Amino acid sequence: MSNQLILNKKIVNNDWVFLLPVIEQKEVKKQAGKVVMFKVTGENFPEDDDLNKIKLPDVSKILLPLKLYLLRKDEIEKKYSEVGLWLYSHEDFQWLSNLNLDLNKFSVIGIYIEKFADGRIYSLGNLIRRKLKFKNDLRALGDILKDQLFFLDRSGFSSFLIKEGRSAEEAIKGLSDFSHSYQATLDEIPSWRKNLNG
Amino acid sequence: MYKYNQIDQNIVNERVAQYQDQLNRFLKKELTDEEFRPLRLQNGLYIQRHAPMLRVAIPYGLLSSVQLRTLADIADDFDRGYGHFSTRQNIQYNWPKLEDTPKILKKLADVEMHAIQTSGNCIRNITTDPFAGVSPDEVIDTRYIAEILRQWSTFHPEFALLPRKFKISISGSKSDRALIKTHDIGLELIEKNQDLYANIYVGGGLGRTPMIGVLMKELLPIKHLLSYCESIIRIYNLYGRRDNMYKARIKILVKSLGINDFKRQVEADWDNGNASPNMLDDNEIKRVKVFFTSPDYEILESQELENLYSDNKSFVNWLKRNTRPHKQLGYRSVTISLKGKYQSAPGDILSNQMRAVADLADQFSYGEIRSTHEQNLVLADVKETKIYELYESLITNNLAEANIGLVTDIICCPGGDFCSLANAKSIPIAKNIENLFDDYDYIYDLGSISLNISGCMNACGHHHVGNIGILGVDKDGSEWYQITLGGQQGNEASLGKVIGPSFSEEQVPGVVKKILDTYLSLRNDDSELFIDCFTRIGIDPFKQIIYQEEA
Ligand code: SF4
Repeated sequence: MSNQLILNKKIVNNDWVFLLPVIEQKEVKKQAGKVVMFKVTGENFPEDDDLNKIKLPDVSKILLPLKLYLLRKDEIEKKYSEVGLWLYSHEDFQWLSNLNLDLNKFSVIGIYIEKFADGRIYSLGNLIRRKLKFKNDLRALGDILKDQLFFLDRSGFSSFLIKEGRSAEEAIKGLSDFSHSYQATLDEIPSWRKNLNG
Repeated sequence: MYKYNQIDQNIVNERVAQYQDQLNRFLKKELTDEEFRPLRLQNGLYIQRHAPMLRVAIPYGLLSSVQLRTLADIADDFDRGYGHFSTRQNIQYNWPKLEDTPKILKKLADVEMHAIQTSGNCIRNITTDPFAGVSPDEVIDTRYIAEILRQWSTFHPEFALLPRKFKISISGSKSDRALIKTHDIGLELIEKNQDLYANIYVGGGLGRTPMIGVLMKELLPIKHLLSYCESIIRIYNLYGRRDNMYKARIKILVKSLGINDFKRQVEADWDNGNASPNMLDDNEIKRVKVFFTSPDYEILESQELENLYSDNKSFVNWLKRNTRPHKQLGYRSVTISLKGKYQSAPGDILSNQMRAVADLADQFSYGEIRSTHEQNLVLADVKETKIYELYESLITNNLAEANIGLVTDIICCPGGDFCSLANAKSIPIAKNIENLFDDYDYIYDLGSISLNISGCMNACGHHHVGNIGILGVDKDGSEWYQITLGGQQGNEASLGKVIGPSFSEEQVPGVVKKILDTYLSLRNDDSELFIDCFTRIGIDPFKQIIYQEEA
C-alpha cells in the first residue's frame, strides 16, 4: 500500500494505516431495470460477513471502511486512539447522510476509488463538505494520480494518498495546474465576481 | 463575439502546458494507456484507424475570420490540407501526429481557441442555433447564455469524469434549430414580463437507445440555471451506470428512475438553488451579453432579389435554398454548403476554401462565421445588395452548391474510413447517393428533405432524426445498412421508423431513389413535404414498393 501522502499542499509523513479489505471474487448478478449502485469494475465489495472476519491490526491511527466501523463500533473505539472512516465511491450519499453520524468526530474521512475514471469521488467530496458540513481532513484514496488533484482539491479534498509507484513530488504539481477557475465550488466565488474581468 | 480576458487566456495557456506534460509522461511510459486515455480524450484526441484525430472546439459554432485562418494553417502545417466540420459544430483533423498535438493546441490558444472537453466523459461543447442573434423568429439571443455555460462547464471540478459524455444545447427561438430534445440537457429560453427563464428538458439523446427528452422544469429563473444544471449532473454523476457504456447516458438513468423520482432527487439536492455559489447575477449576464450585441446595421431597404435576377436561374435557386431572412431589413443570412460534388466528404473543407470563407466574412459579414450541426457554414449578416457579389466569389471557390435542406445536403459522420468504432463506411454511401442526382430540377422538385448517415449506433450522423436515416450495421463481419423513415428534428422532433431488413452498400442508392420516387408519386402536390407525406401515408407504401421489388 502506498504511503505517499499529500496533506494541505505538502508531502508529509503518513502515520495513518489505511485498511482495505481484500475479498474473494464472487459472481455478481445484475437485475435488469433495477437501480442499484454501479461499481466501475464489477468487482465485489465486502459483505457484513467479510467485515466481521477482518482482524483489526495493532496500530494507533487507522482508516477503516465505514461499514466495518458501524458493525464493530465498540471494539474499534476501545482499540484505537484515533479512527478515520472511508467510503467506497459506490456507497450512497443518501444512506450516509441518513445515518446521522457526527462526521466531525473523526479527524479523517476518506473516499476510495478503484479506477482513475471514477468521477463519483468529486461529487461525494462536494456533498460531504457542503451538505454534511465536514470540517476535518477529507482524503482521496485509491487510484489517485497527479491529474485528479486540481479537481479533487476544488471538490473539497484536503489530502491525497498517491497511488503506489507514482511520485508524490510530481503529483503535487498537479494542484497548481491552473491559476484560475471559472465556476465556484464550496466556499469559493466564481471568477465573474472576482472583479478581474475586463 | 466573446473576447478572452486574462483569465480565459490563462486557462487555455495552462491547459496547453498541462497537456504537454501529460503527453510527455505518456511517451515516457509514466502513464499507462488506460490512464492517458481519459486525459487525451478530454482534449479532443482520439486514436483512430490511421492516425490520431484531433477535435477542436468551436463554442456554440461561432468563429472569427482570424480563427478560421488559423484553422486553415493548422490543416496545412499539421494535417493534409483540409478539416472536417462535425455535427457538434466543431472541426476535426484526421491526420495529425501525436507529437504535434501540443503545438496545434498552442496555435489555437494564440487565437482564443482550444480542444477542451471536445470528447471524453465530460460536458461537451455547448451548442445552439446557428442563426442566434439574427433570426426573425428569435425570442432570446442564446449566445451569451451559451458563453456563460461554456465558462461554467470548462474544467468543472465535479464533472471531469462522468459516467459518459454529456451534451447541452440551447434554443431561444419559436422553432428549435438546436435539437434540444435530443440532448442530455436541452434548454429553451423564454422571456416573461421582461424576465428570462429556462424550460429544461432532460434525457434526450440519439445513439443506441434514442429518446426524446422530457420537460423536467418549467420557467426556471435564469439566475438558477447553473445550480439547477449542477444538481442534474451531480445526481447523474453519482447514480448513472458506470458498468456498461451503452447504458451510461443520463437518459437511461432518467428512464429507470422515472422522471418524477429523478426530479425529486435533483430538487432535493438543488434546494431551490439559494445556497449555490454559482447563482447568476445581472452583472455577470450583462458582462457577457455586451459581447453579443448586434453590429451597427445600416438602415437599408429590402431588395427584390428574385425579380432583379430572374434570368439567372442558378442564382435564384441558390438564393432560395442557401439564404434566409434576417431580423434586420435589407440583410440576409447565407449558408455555405459543405456538401456536394466539390467536397470530398460532407462537412469537409480545404484550407484554401477556409481562407476564402474567412476573407468573405471580413468583406461581407463583420468577420464572423458560424458552423452548423448540419455541417455547413453560415455568414449571418450579409447585405442584400452584396449578396450577388458574394455568390460570385463563392462560385470561384467551389462553395456555391445550392442545396441547403435538400436531399444532397447530407449529414454524415466520418464512418468506417476514419472512425475506429464504425460498423460500416458512411462517406462513400453519401457520395453514391449524391451521384444519383445529376439533375438539379429533380432535387428541387423533391424539396426540403433530410438524409442523415451514421456509421454505427453512436449516431454521430444523427440518422434517427433524418427524414431518411441510414445506419451502418455489421452482419457477420460485412457492412450493411439499415434505413429508417420519418425522423425529424425541431419542435416536432421524432425518431425514424425502421423500414425493414438492411441493405448492402450497392443496394442503398437504388433504395433511396425508390423512396424518393414513391414520395413523388404519392404526395398530394408539391407543397406537401416528404415528412408531411410520410406522416399522412405511413411507412407501408414505402415498404411495399421496396421489398416487393427487392424480392
Ligand atoms: S456514428 Fe459511429 S462510425 Fe460514425 S463517427 Fe460516430 S462513432 Fe464513428
